[in-house]
Amino acid sequence: MSSPGDSRRTTARRRETALFLLAVPALLLLGIIFAWPVLRLLAMSVEDGTLANFEKATLDELYLYVLFDSVKIAAMVMAICLLVAYPVAFWLSRAGRWGVALGMFALLLPFWTSVLVRTYAWLVLLGRNGVVNRWLRDAGLIDAPLPLLHNTSGVLIGMVHVLLPYMVFPIYASLLRIDPDLSRAAEGLGAPAWRSFLRVTFPLSLPGVSAGCALVFVLSLGFFITPALLGGGRVIMVSMLIEQQVREFLDWPFAAALSTVLLVATLAIYALIGRITRGARHA
Amino acid sequence: MELSVKGIVRRFGPVTALGGVDLDVAEGEFLTILGPSGSGKTTLLKTVAGFEIPDEGRVLLGGEDVTLAPPRRRDVGMVFQNYALFPHMSVAQNVAFPLEMRRRPRDEVKRRVIEALRLVELEGYGDRLPRQLSGGQQQRVALARAVVFGPRLLLLDEPFGALDRKLRESLQLEVRRLQRQLRLTTLFITHDQEEALIMSDRIAVMDKGRIEQVGAPGDLYAHPATRFVADFLGESNLLDGSASAGHAAIPGFGAVPLPAGQPDGGVTLLLRPEALRIAADAAAMPCRGQGKVLETVFLGQSAKLRMALDGGGEVLARLPLRPSDPPPAREGETVAVGFAPEDLHVVPRG
Repeated sequence: MSSPGDSRRTTARRRETALFLLAVPALLLLGIIFAWPVLRLLAMSVEDGTLANFEKATLDELYLYVLFDSVKIAAMVMAICLLVAYPVAFWLSRAGRWGVALGMFALLLPFWTSVLVRTYAWLVLLGRNGVVNRWLRDAGLIDAPLPLLHNTSGVLIGMVHVLLPYMVFPIYASLLRIDPDLSRAAEGLGAPAWRSFLRVTFPLSLPGVSAGCALVFVLSLGFFITPALLGGGRVIMVSMLIEQQVREFLDWPFAAALSTVLLVATLAIYALIGRITRGARHA
Repeated sequence: MELSVKGIVRRFGPVTALGGVDLDVAEGEFLTILGPSGSGKTTLLKTVAGFEIPDEGRVLLGGEDVTLAPPRRRDVGMVFQNYALFPHMSVAQNVAFPLEMRRRPRDEVKRRVIEALRLVELEGYGDRLPRQLSGGQQQRVALARAVVFGPRLLLLDEPFGALDRKLRESLQLEVRRLQRQLRLTTLFITHDQEEALIMSDRIAVMDKGRIEQVGAPGDLYAHPATRFVADFLGESNLLDGSASAGHAAIPGFGAVPLPAGQPDGGVTLLLRPEALRIAADAAAMPCRGQGKVLETVFLGQSAKLRMALDGGGEVLARLPLRPSDPPPAREGETVAVGFAPEDLHVVPRG
């Protein structure tokens, strides 16, 4: 016996199944090229039946230092990106048609250019006799060239440049979603522009800030090309360490353990950022 | 005058949004700006609030020239069309906002927030977020926020547009009660003529960036100065005829007497649908004609008839109905139609 209610539920369930089928190709692709390799990696790291590789990765001072340094650099890149990107996103959200077109062009052109090309361009710009140092010297601002390359500054400059759009776009999108009447209402109720920004616009843009921070941080933590080239071997990130283990020492299990540690650290920090911004929003 | 708007002109490129607007609102008065979309009423409101700087003219608040003052210096409370409640703040925080911006002491803020919420009958809702309230409740929070700091002027920008009819009617009366109780000088914007008639002390009808006429609701309804006002406010039959020797020849009705002193020539007459009577009721009317019923619409307490007059032209008649009355006429039927000449109004600028 089936009541009309049952057949309705069946129809509804069929619709849900049909919708789910649409997601299957993407899920398969993710499963094959992401989930499976990650699991393999995990398996590889404990191949010898012990947790020795993990012990080495998490207790050895050298590796801990590199991990800590990577997190520090990622956090700095994130912070600088946020400071630079927020004003840009804010200006874009208030700009006219031509302003937006110009801003998008300026952001997207480098975004679509190869990271490798851009990193080499920074090598030319930041060297001892690079364009930047020559300008500063010619302008009489400095006597000796600034050390901009093969150190943390170089890595930060290059990474911020590459990752800036990942911060600008989420913030821009969340600023656009805010009803413009809200800041008008705030001003009409007696708030100067800066208080209206602090009390209304900024808190409402936090979802974008959170998304941007998470994106930039996660991408920074695993960054390879830019720190490898601009750091000149003096700045070592976890990704470089992993590459070294595989390419030079052929120690796949240890590389796998390091990768797993990196993945867990990434997820943990990702969760932390989400929690902080959610907390700030309801403060 | 609490609010005086003098010769305001605002152009956007080639478009003139406001073409020289003059308006005075007395203290404690409820003045409605009524106009179709694109008439410039919102631009006028924004100019008064300070979100628009006019190209010409001045805005005076309590005698003080505020034309160039930023919104926050005007002490004007505004209720936006979509309420513009701060979604991340609780109801109490929203209402406290204007007081905090004025750096009032904490205990005064607390007390006045509670008072304002009581005023709009939302006591106990202080801790909720705006999205946890219904549309009507959100509207009342917006109202509390706009009046809590004792503004010189209250601006209402089509605040009932998003609400269903029943709720709208009760809120209209509530706003009106609150406005009287607080003796708030109020400028209200709407395109809904019925709403304007219900709520206003005076109505200013706007069209194409100009104010067509300002007056009390009853006065505007009975004596519109322009064809636009006659047409926009209520339902109307606008009859074009020619006047000579105190009479006007109107197609379908023949010669009807005009008020004394009407010069000869073309004339536009306004005849409200409720002035018309049909069939047996028309017999007692001094001005009579005959027409075929094209369409009848049943409206509950009345019926609306569209008729083609025998002499040419169409008229709309609105006939009161009692519950026991039969339908006044059938479509296709030819009936007598008449009215009393004192119900005719000569539209001065027809």
